[in-house]
Amino acid sequence: MKILLSGTASDSHTWNLVYLRLFLEEHGHEVVGLGPCVDAGLLADACLRHAPDTVVLSSVNGHGYRDGLDAVRALRAEPALAALPVVLGGKLGVVGRRQDEEVRSLLDAGCDAVLGDDLDALRAFLAVRARTEVPA
Amino acid sequence: MTAAATVPAGSGFGAFVAAASAAGRLVVQPRMGFGDPDLMRTGLARTRAATAHTVGTLTVDSYTRVGALDAARAAVADGTRLNGYPIAAHSPDTTRAVLDGLRGPGFPVQVRHGSARPEAIVRALTAAGLDATEGGPVSYCLPYGRTPLRESVAAWVRACELLTELSPGTPHLESFGGCLLGQLCPPGLLVAMSVLECLFFARHGLRSVSLSYAQQTDAAQDEEALRALHRLAAEFLPAGVEHHVVLYTYMGVYPRTESGALRLLEASARLAVRSGAGRLIVKTAAEAHRIPTVDENVRALETAAAAAALAGAPAPDTAPEDGEIYQEARTLVETVLGLHPELSRALPAAFARGLLDVPLCLHPDNAGRSLGFIDPAGRLRWARTGAMPLRPDTGADAAPFTSSGLLTALQHVADRYDRDRDGDGEQDRRRDGARHHDDAARSGRAGRRDTGPGRVAAPELTV
Repeated sequence: MKILLSGTASDSHTWNLVYLRLFLEEHGHEVVGLGPCVDAGLLADACLRHAPDTVVLSSVNGHGYRDGLDAVRALRAEPALAALPVVLGGKLGVVGRRQDEEVRSLLDAGCDAVLGDDLDALRAFLAVRARTEVPA
Repeated sequence: MTAAATVPAGSGFGAFVAAASAAGRLVVQPRMGFGDPDLMRTGLARTRAATAHTVGTLTVDSYTRVGALDAARAAVADGTRLNGYPIAAHSPDTTRAVLDGLRGPGFPVQVRHGSARPEAIVRALTAAGLDATEGGPVSYCLPYGRTPLRESVAAWVRACELLTELSPGTPHLESFGGCLLGQLCPPGLLVAMSVLECLFFARHGLRSVSLSYAQQTDAAQDEEALRALHRLAAEFLPAGVEHHVVLYTYMGVYPRTESGALRLLEASARLAVRSGAGRLIVKTAAEAHRIPTVDENVRALETAAAAAALAGAPAPDTAPEDGEIYQEARTLVETVLGLHPELSRALPAAFARGLLDVPLCLHPDNAGRSLGFIDPAGRLRWARTGAMPLRPDTGADAAPFTSSGLLTALQHVADRYDRDRDGDGEQDRRRDGARHHDDAARSGRAGRRDTGPGRVAAPELTV
């Protein structure tokens, strides 16, 4: 699967992105890495240009909710990207625990999955996507 | 009479550190920043009153850092909590009131931010009467975002000129070059970047600078790096430019245990004294999880100061003239200086050609062909050097670079200090000659630890 991996708009952390790239490649995926501080417009442009099978957004700076919402809304506003699978992982806020309300808003806005720090969940999500890719 | 005449000679930030060094005292400094002016003032007052030889810090919030000044102003207007002091959103009068009666010749205050475009911050700090800050065209650009390096260089040229022009005394600028990404960058490149950025500052008018270095994985290697930094600063900085070396307590994944975190901080204080650093930026155990409180900052300052006071006098410099780190750094500095007479042109050219190449840095202007690794003895070395004029360590590239290997490397220091009662123990080991045996045993245990995917999420780091 071709995965577009990206940080979020206000997040300058990169060790998470370096790690996830290796992790995804070790699971046999092709990875296009955009790096940190990717705003919603840049993300949508990159998706149109690279035509990935799935988008993985990672945030650890505590603004994952705000930035993630902007990002997924921008993707869903683009007709060509309306059905592109998007998964958001990492920290949604600064309080250190998941807020159900925030998760629901992100799902309502078009995220296919909102994960915390659990890589097994990411692996499972991608495995399901990989299966649905197989032509019927 | 000019404004400069109203400032007593030798009253600047650099002069304060120089005087402390001459008196055999290590200056310790927090990374403290609060959005609320009253809390910021309390933080500075407590820093000043700590049982330690301190300078104060105003760490700027991340909205201001990325130039989102409207967002910073809006947060101030509606009372939203910020992760630092929004120096360009508060009025100069507010900042003067924060500093009033605290900042002075006996307690200088430095503004720390992390901005690739620092002009608004420099204007705000000078308007409030401050004259010491930190950064650099490369070190505040590459690790933190996607501002093009050329734009950062141009912005830092203007920032240097503004700082010199708008400060009545002797403004001070610290290079963050020895801290690139915080960890897993072999020391030669860190030392070279500190020297190059301080040269850049000097060529754009600064007469007082400091050269940084962040504690890495091995105390003896760090000591060699710090000595190389002293030597290269003396060789390359123009005569008349006052300078000192500043050490950062380990910036990567921090020990999770209270005792491990404490020992790592103390080890950095001893390293600073042993290698003749003038100043130490401390880290609190809480920092890995959240913004530390004033109390936690004061505790870290006092812990470091006590460890420094017990460390005795600096050891004599016994490093060989042709030490590996010195040679690597000197080669990099000379290579860059040879590219173009203007450093503002030479630095982007060096990155464009991969002659400088920061390992594991994702910035679009970084070649990304270099890679470091921690050898079995615990030293940080080059697995790959890309197009840099350096030789990688032979055979180092044999092991594949994997996600679990990366996690093990990122957690190497934290694991060691969490596990052992003497995470550094560097003096004892050197004395009894058991150093390599001990280190190999430690590294072997680290290798067996389960850090594979599934147990830990993408590592969260504060740099």
